[in-house]
Amino acid sequence: MNYFERHVLETLIYLPMLAALVLVFVPRPRKDVIRWISIGSGLALLVLSLYAFIAFDYDGGARFQLQRAYPWLELLGIEFALGIDGIAAPMVLLTGIVSAAGTIVAANIQRDNKDYYILLFLLIAGVYGTFVSMDLFFFFFFYELAIVPMYLLIGVWGSSSKFKDFDRPKEYGALKLVMMIVAASLLIWIVIIGVYVEAGEGSFNIEAIMSSIDHPGRFSETFQSVMFLMTMVGFGLLAGMWPFHTWSPDGHVAAPTSVSMLHAGVLMKLGGFGIIRIGMMILPEGMQQWALLLFIIGTINVIYGAVSALAQNDLKYVVGYSSVSHMGYVFMGIATMNAVGLTGATLQMFAHGIMTALFFTIVGGIYERTHTRDTLVLNGLATKMKWGTAFFVIAGLASLGLPGLAGFVAELLVFIGAFRSEPILGAIGVLGAAITAVYILRLIGRTFYGERDPKWDNLTDLTRREFIAATILILPIFYVGLYPQPLLRVIRPGVDAVLAGLGG
Amino acid sequence: MNVDFSLLIPEFILAGAGFLVLLVDLLVPKSQEYRRNVVTAATAVLGLAVTGVVAVSTQLDTGEHLYDGLLFIDRYSLLFKVLFAGIGLAVVVMSVDYVAQKMRHPGEYYALIIFAVLGATLMAESGELLTAFISIELLSFSLYVLVGLSRGDTRTAEASAKYVLLGAIATAIMLYGISQLFGTLGTTRFTEMGPLLTASASWNLTLVTGFVMFVAGLGFKLSMVPFHMWAPDVYEGAPTPITALIATLSKAAAIALLLRFLTEAGSGSVNEWRMPLAVLAAATMVVGSLSALPQTNIKRLLAYSSIAQIGFILVGVVPNTVIGANAVLLHIVGYAFTTLAAFTVVVVIELKLGKENIADYAGLSRRAPVLAMIMTGALFSLAGLPIFAGFLTKFYLFTSAVDQSLEWLVAVAVTSSVISLYYYIRVIREMYITDVEDESKIPVPLLLAGLAWAMFAGSIAVGIYPAPFVDATNAAVTVLSPWVSLN
Repeated sequence: MNYFERHVLETLIYLPMLAALVLVFVPRPRKDVIRWISIGSGLALLVLSLYAFIAFDYDGGARFQLQRAYPWLELLGIEFALGIDGIAAPMVLLTGIVSAAGTIVAANIQRDNKDYYILLFLLIAGVYGTFVSMDLFFFFFFYELAIVPMYLLIGVWGSSSKFKDFDRPKEYGALKLVMMIVAASLLIWIVIIGVYVEAGEGSFNIEAIMSSIDHPGRFSETFQSVMFLMTMVGFGLLAGMWPFHTWSPDGHVAAPTSVSMLHAGVLMKLGGFGIIRIGMMILPEGMQQWALLLFIIGTINVIYGAVSALAQNDLKYVVGYSSVSHMGYVFMGIATMNAVGLTGATLQMFAHGIMTALFFTIVGGIYERTHTRDTLVLNGLATKMKWGTAFFVIAGLASLGLPGLAGFVAELLVFIGAFRSEPILGAIGVLGAAITAVYILRLIGRTFYGERDPKWDNLTDLTRREFIAATILILPIFYVGLYPQPLLRVIRPGVDAVLAGLGG
Repeated sequence: MNVDFSLLIPEFILAGAGFLVLLVDLLVPKSQEYRRNVVTAATAVLGLAVTGVVAVSTQLDTGEHLYDGLLFIDRYSLLFKVLFAGIGLAVVVMSVDYVAQKMRHPGEYYALIIFAVLGATLMAESGELLTAFISIELLSFSLYVLVGLSRGDTRTAEASAKYVLLGAIATAIMLYGISQLFGTLGTTRFTEMGPLLTASASWNLTLVTGFVMFVAGLGFKLSMVPFHMWAPDVYEGAPTPITALIATLSKAAAIALLLRFLTEAGSGSVNEWRMPLAVLAAATMVVGSLSALPQTNIKRLLAYSSIAQIGFILVGVVPNTVIGANAVLLHIVGYAFTTLAAFTVVVVIELKLGKENIADYAGLSRRAPVLAMIMTGALFSLAGLPIFAGFLTKFYLFTSAVDQSLEWLVAVAVTSSVISLYYYIRVIREMYITDVEDESKIPVPLLLAGLAWAMFAGSIAVGIYPAPFVDATNAAVTVLSPWVSLN
């Protein structure tokens, strides 16, 4: 490994933390300096993530690559150990893309943008840390770090909404989101300590724990069964698993644009990633026992989220429920336990992360201009927001699975995998894609086309910053849709290793 | 018999510093209030700092028993000696502006803080019941006086009276317990009691009541449920820096004594005391967390939260393992940093606004951004979130309990952890989200700002670079007699 390969993963964690630290010392009124430091750091993260992704050797390399370990607390066997496998590598790239776009969009924040960026970078550091940690202590450390800033980001910079029948103050969304995710994360806490003690290796390193799964007398079927269920609920909640998904739409409605982007774009993916990392890799027998339940819940997610989105008139609620629906495909893909399905699940996390971020970029832009997200009021914006419409339509088409865009490849793989293992549930899942087409097309038709309300005559198109952010997001959608091989060949060895551990 | 007085030099310095503060107080004329305050505080800081430095520089390799096992001068007591000197120093620094504004007797005030530190240090050193008892009394009497030292407030009077009366009862109970133990076993030394308490046949009603009463007396100092009722009233009524002193010094000293007593005297009877203590730990966490929910006064909130923290610490005492004891000591260190940071902010707000309700913290993020940030960090640390001390130390505590198959206790602990996050977030919401009309800046005295930053940095240091702290706690734990062979 050369110098850059040795240090790239730790830099992905240190750089956002360093950016946060530097911002602490920039005077509050220098808002432009703060913006440029932040956007620069965001772009640097994108470059580094791309580098890490390219440096990953998919052809015969080790399972975990770019490894690095520093002793941290020897008495408990905690190491600051980093490394990525074929499933983490695309997630790192996803985080880079969404972080860069998110920091650019966040430049629209006017009030106290210093504190906003500090918290945003802590969140980004937490997300990167979770994806690249091989030590379960640090995995959990960064996982919690990614959640904590959420409360202030939504509570301070979010927006309260009044609907016809009910109110959603921003504090409500922030508190509900943080309390539910932290409560669920405590299940993960118990699982991590539980597998550490059960493994008896005196180490939190995931490879050390995995090596002891097959020892006689350890990781009994009952133990794995109980632990997997806790893992599934703990991580599933963050991924928007029905019936614990309620924090997600409410959280998105309250959150400022760039927080929604990062949250739906990468943070929810930590949930799916966690189920694969801890559930499938460390608790294979538990996975086999509960796979059917995960499959059924995933299918419910798809249908329930899509039907709920159908009933909404608020742009953010539509996108929020659409996220719940799309994360259902991730659960389904994981539950297939075959190579095609799991590859599809990983690719779906990547594709959905990017298109959701794009959705929120445009929705946030519309809200900042019109101060409403009500699709009954917003009509015919296409004539005034040409670029905004174009980006939104492409994100929408990717979301409903149009061939040639990222969503199609991912969903197709999930469906093929699903039909191989549970054809009936797979068929119901396809139905969800049809409902998605209905609500997305209806939304686009209403909001952007049709007769324009005179209220919106003075609407302006995307600013240069919004345009750049949307472009960063739209390129991967086309790229993955037309030429998915670079991603698939990185994902494949990771998926194969996971399935080998499952014994199939 | 070892009677090497040189081993007690730090204690002599501490006692000398206490009297020196009183003397200095007499020498400065009564009319010069300001100078009297500053000079006495400086003397106290100097005395505490010298104690800490002398202790570290002379006793790193010491492992002696003084007076035939009455006092242990070893790495365990050294850790606490330094910690207590540090806490005392922080509290003195925290008090300077407070005393200038609110109190009239700086000499007595600072001298009593030093004597409290001396009592706490001796508690961590004592290896025998009566020495422990006398040290507890030295600490307690200093605190009784300090709580009632600012006169003129009915809440202070109530707090002081309650503390003294309940403290006296606890003392009586403890003394009775000691007499039972001595009467039956014929010894008061922890290490000699251990083997005698091994054979379960030797456990009779007298011994059980003796053991329970001694632990109950300590439980009062710890504000362990069901001996916690005094804590909120005393926390609220005492001068705020003294509240910080009670929350850190007195709790840590009681844990130091409890841990040594249970591991040495209780080494053979772990199976007898483990379950009852685990139940008390669970009750302490649940009662502390639930009672904090309806509080509106920040000091009462911190009082209940510190009760819950004691419950978390007991989670590490129950397993009776090296890992558990390490976790306990590390948690105490992190908890001391965190609590002192939080109380420094409370002191500033009380001095500048004269208020101590949670609602008075509204808009603090705009009126004093640094204070709001430090308070948020401290509360997140208490709630057990990264990057602060509380995350690592709670992780450590819970690991030690699962290691001994106490999963149910950890389940209770994590549940109270979620509840506690909810009431900490209430304070954070006031500071950051609630809008206020008055956005005038709050001036932060330089000394208090420096202290708050230092404590904040300490709690992050324990959270992200624990190696030096763990080295110290591990060296301390391995001198406790059941684990000496592991060293």
